Amino acid sequence: MPVSDFQPVIGLEVHAQLLTKSKIFCGCSTAFGAEPNRNTCPVCLGMPGVLPVLNQRVVEFAVRTGLALECTVKKTSIWSRKNYFYPDLPKGYQITQYDQPICEHGRLVIDTPQGEKVIRVRRIHMEEDAGKNVHDAGGGQSLVDLNRAGVPLLEIVSEPDLRDADEAVEYLKALRDVLVYLGVNDGNLEEGSFRCDANVSVMPKGSSTYGQRCELKNLNSFRFVKQAVEYEIARQVDVIEGGGKVDQETRLWDVNKGVTRSMRSKEDAHDYRYFPEPDLPPLHVSDAAIDAAAQALPELPRAKLTRFISQYGLPEYDARILTAERPLADFFEACAAHYPDAKKVSNWFLGELMRLLKEEGTPLSALRFTPVQLAELLGAVDKGTVSANAGKDVLGEMFRTGKAPADIIAEKGLAQVSDTGAIEAVVDEILAKNAGEAEKYRAGKTQVFGFFVGQVMRAMKGKGNPALVNELLKKKLGGA
Amino acid sequence: MQLTDLTMLELAAKLAAGAVSSEEATRACLERIRQVDPKVRAFLRVDEDGALAAARASDARRKAGSPASPLDGVPVGLKDLFLTEGVETTAGSRILEGFVPPLDATVVRLLKEAGLPLVGKLNLDEFAMGSSNESSAYFPSHNPWDVTRTPGGSSGGSAAAVAAREVFGALGTDTGGSIRQPAAFTNTVGLKPTYGRVSRYGVIAYASSLDQPGPMTRTVADAAALLQVIARHDAQDSTSAAVEAPDYSADLEAGVRGLKLGVPRDYFTEGMDPEVEASVRAALAEYERLGATLVDVSLPHTKYALATYYLLAPAEASSNLARYDGIRYGLRARDARGLKELYAQTRERGFGPEVKLRIMLGTYALSAGYYDAYYLRAQKVRTLIREDFTKAFQQVDALLSPTSPVPPFKLGEKVDDPLSMYLMDVYTLPCNLAGLPGLAVPCGFTKAGLPVGLQILGRPFDEARLLRIARAFEREHDFFRRAAPLQGA
Repeated sequence: MPVSDFQPVIGLEVHAQLLTKSKIFCGCSTAFGAEPNRNTCPVCLGMPGVLPVLNQRVVEFAVRTGLALECTVKKTSIWSRKNYFYPDLPKGYQITQYDQPICEHGRLVIDTPQGEKVIRVRRIHMEEDAGKNVHDAGGGQSLVDLNRAGVPLLEIVSEPDLRDADEAVEYLKALRDVLVYLGVNDGNLEEGSFRCDANVSVMPKGSSTYGQRCELKNLNSFRFVKQAVEYEIARQVDVIEGGGKVDQETRLWDVNKGVTRSMRSKEDAHDYRYFPEPDLPPLHVSDAAIDAAAQALPELPRAKLTRFISQYGLPEYDARILTAERPLADFFEACAAHYPDAKKVSNWFLGELMRLLKEEGTPLSALRFTPVQLAELLGAVDKGTVSANAGKDVLGEMFRTGKAPADIIAEKGLAQVSDTGAIEAVVDEILAKNAGEAEKYRAGKTQVFGFFVGQVMRAMKGKGNPALVNELLKKKLGGA
Repeated sequence: MQLTDLTMLELAAKLAAGAVSSEEATRACLERIRQVDPKVRAFLRVDEDGALAAARASDARRKAGSPASPLDGVPVGLKDLFLTEGVETTAGSRILEGFVPPLDATVVRLLKEAGLPLVGKLNLDEFAMGSSNESSAYFPSHNPWDVTRTPGGSSGGSAAAVAAREVFGALGTDTGGSIRQPAAFTNTVGLKPTYGRVSRYGVIAYASSLDQPGPMTRTVADAAALLQVIARHDAQDSTSAAVEAPDYSADLEAGVRGLKLGVPRDYFTEGMDPEVEASVRAALAEYERLGATLVDVSLPHTKYALATYYLLAPAEASSNLARYDGIRYGLRARDARGLKELYAQTRERGFGPEVKLRIMLGTYALSAGYYDAYYLRAQKVRTLIREDFTKAFQQVDALLSPTSPVPPFKLGEKVDDPLSMYLMDVYTLPCNLAGLPGLAVPCGFTKAGLPVGLQILGRPFDEARLLRIARAFEREHDFFRRAAPLQGA
């Protein structure tokens, strides 16, 4: 049977690091990049006798995420211990949620070539991260950095509703957008604050029984997710076609070779000996807390996209880019509130502003000018105070200095010249200098008109009002 | 009468009157330790410098007219399960040999803040697993009433030190009877508070859902005073109760007239030593004479308590002890090759046989495929046991029973018979499973002169009433004045 006779089935487990200032069970900092073992204390080092105390902010973030993903937020959930030995796990167990997680039964809508598709979210639970082992650091040693130990994570587990690698990537992107919108995660795959494991299986098309699944661990880019899932689907189809059986195992994506390879099989799978964490009482979330979180829930990316299209009459392409990040959308809306033509605002955003942000590597949060000032600039262009081209220079200056557009126009002398007399003088001068070309025009070779416009504008250093320049040139060339 | 014969409150009164200094009292303890500890072997470590410094600081406060608490200056000892900043803490295990904690347990901090000099760290069964102190990795402690016998466990060192008058009081921990049984074996008072009453922060964990620190003293009033120091809500322990502590000394002398005291028939069963039963029955009669009403009650699930405990406690222990892996502190098998060998050899060398046995029991009970049959079922039985008590306390104010089914047994007598050793806890551990307060108070001696203890169990956070009930008996009998024959040895 060729690949096309098989139906892949994919479920994703996403680990999202929460944007809390301190760890989940102690007061240590969660800042990335500190000197090894600097952000540690007896609690996150797992010293004898010490006990965990829950950071309530983590619960708030979990509830917020659960509501955004349309989950049931459970009023009582419990903590469990997941026991295993590894040097980066100081206590010999991870505190996590097991059979009674805080959120269950949610959904996330994604776009597919066939239209919208609902991906069910099985559960969301809170847990602590482990530390990091650095192997062969020199002299064949292994070193342990526990800065990350105890950093709060949400694990978001989807149902196996995804049917190909593209859907998997689409789901991940949509999920990341939601988390970033909620302010609970920075969406940074490179630093590992948004990581993904994929469960992949294949079954003959039309079958209702899932095939044996393999788990692909720690996929840290959208590209790797796509490549690894596609590779794994093909591999499993090959195994079955060759008359073999897919073994349940955990596999790693080898970035260099572009293949998945076995990490551990079911035979040596861990027995984590889960049991309720006796050092933490059951977690209770009040109705009031859930209501408050629901009230405070921001508009989510998908809703915002729909609204941008309907409210501002934007093309979907524009709306998608503008709603991709919440600060961008907010900035756009603030600007559009002070300027009547939303599409024009969008054009400036998608063109000039995005280019500047990208070129300078500046985050939107660090912008020096305000949305109102951008609206002022657009107004100035409309009124002819400054030309569209010069307006771009003004924006560049606003971007670098944060000065008001009017001040920049004045300081740099960028104000557009609309004085008919001044323009007429220049037009006369140019026509006199290029009498031969003028003759050609008058003889019917109207293509040279552009040449004259260029000459006049150059002579006026770009500040001539284009409409007036055109008008006067036409008059002089035609009327002489 | 020697200085060390005083009770905590008697010494406190003398300190307050300026009749004696804390430094004198502390030096008296140190001298007493030098005299008798070679026989008792209660101490793993004596912190002479630390204790004397604290005593001098106390004397200075006293002189300035600002003692830190009613017990300021009274020297006490600590089971070596409590973290003490800068003082080696081993939990009686080789795996923590040389471990110097960077912090004090909350209760240790509270003792220091109250001005009590901490004389040293007391012996215990390794990681508090045992009922005789014989599973200490270092040496067994001896019962001051008969040095060929055990002082009980796991807080045996604490009990022996208090009974031998090496310290005025001590802290122990009680997971299945580890304060009460040694108290009963040594003619001392031991109180296991309600779970959550005293912070577990900085107490090396054995079984987290059962462990509870508590006072070990010579008198009931001392127990009340010492509990007063350590009974506080602690934000660093999420299982610590946000319940205000009452004045534990206020109603001590109120007597038992009108109280209904339950006698659980399930606790008076076969296997109880006749002399123990006789002493306890005599105590029951005494309570009747003092105006209490005895009520026959039943705790029908008692027979499952032992099995339940020995599934739950080892299960938690197997997880709690996973952190001793040779990576960050304590013992490390330096010659191990590779990670698995490092773990295996460190734990092989670092843990004693009783600890290994319980880790294996617990690992098994939590394993996939056995979880439902063992751990989960034990949790359900635990609920039934708790409900037994709740029902009983609808009828009565407290329950009376023996603390241990037998008087102190010989060292070595039960070492090779773990099951028989586990049976030593049969009367004490239901209380831990239910999270209730329990108190052991001296109630007599066998013909051979071995102490017998009465156990009083109460409703959650009803420590004050337990102390009052115990005090009513103590007032009549004064057993605490009797000194262990070691005296003068």
